[in-house]
Amino acid sequence: MKRVSAMIALFLALSIPDIAGAQQDGGVDAPFANTQLADPAQEAQARDLMYDIRCVQCQSQSIADSDAPIAGAMRSEVRSRIANGESPDAIRDYFIARYGDYITFDPPVSALTWPLWLAPILIIAFGLWLARGRFRR
Amino acid sequence: MSRRWILWTPLVVFGLILMLVLWGMNRERDDFVRSQLIGDQVPAFDLPPAVAGKPGLSSADLAEGTPRLVNFFGSWCIPCRAEAPQLEALAEAGVPIDGIALRDEPAKVAQFLDQYGDPFQRIGADRDGRLQVLFGASGVPETYLVGSDGTILAQHIGDIRAEDVPGLIRAWKAAP
Repeated sequence: MKRVSAMIALFLALSIPDIAGAQQDGGVDAPFANTQLADPAQEAQARDLMYDIRCVQCQSQSIADSDAPIAGAMRSEVRSRIANGESPDAIRDYFIARYGDYITFDPPVSALTWPLWLAPILIIAFGLWLARGRFRR
Repeated sequence: MSRRWILWTPLVVFGLILMLVLWGMNRERDDFVRSQLIGDQVPAFDLPPAVAGKPGLSSADLAEGTPRLVNFFGSWCIPCRAEAPQLEALAEAGVPIDGIALRDEPAKVAQFLDQYGDPFQRIGADRDGRLQVLFGASGVPETYLVGSDGTILAQHIGDIRAEDVPGLIRAWKAAP
């Protein structure tokens, strides 16, 4: 029991300097970086989009998950645009215009990405063709 | 007998996948997310001064008739310190440089300029980092070459090394 609480204390001690470190750059958070929108429906819309936008600093995380300062600025951009009545697709296009298709986890169909949609259909069709004899018998 | 080739297709498919994996693992990787605004007009912005005694920066300043560099930096950013001598060399070569101090405080910016040199004509304060998103920037330091009419011509991601300086001077001289 003592050991468990000692480990918890150690974890806390290790995590606290990390939290302080995030504030050391002397910046301020953009208005909606860590503040939810008052309207729950709008906030839900913003949240769905934020899980779909890649953080450009920690690229495997969405801006909803990332603690990087730039992710905060991007979250604020999403929320303030939603609050202004912009559609999530328009906001996604805003980010794509700045960072390219890589910024969204839901890439649009393009010359590069169409095999992602077509390949499964072709593979299933090929599988059915292989298996057709088995069904007939 | 005529269908014997079908038995080989899984192996062939496996071989193709293996080749794809090997190609993916060995290809030259570029982990940077580049700005898509190259060739576009600088987005509209207006930043207050980051330090006393030096003007802030607006998009209108970047379209006033001379090509210039715009450097995103922060006093808290270690590679920016390493980059400072190169910016100094560029300024000495006659390249006008404007700065954008990212997520910073006036006193800390002033201290940074004291310690590492001040190549900037103007410095805008981007306290919350929203200008970074506006430029399609992904990190600090980052430097943009802006043409005389305010068109973004090039983006340099990361600190400017000594070997990058001649190329940047050439690009600036060639800039319309």
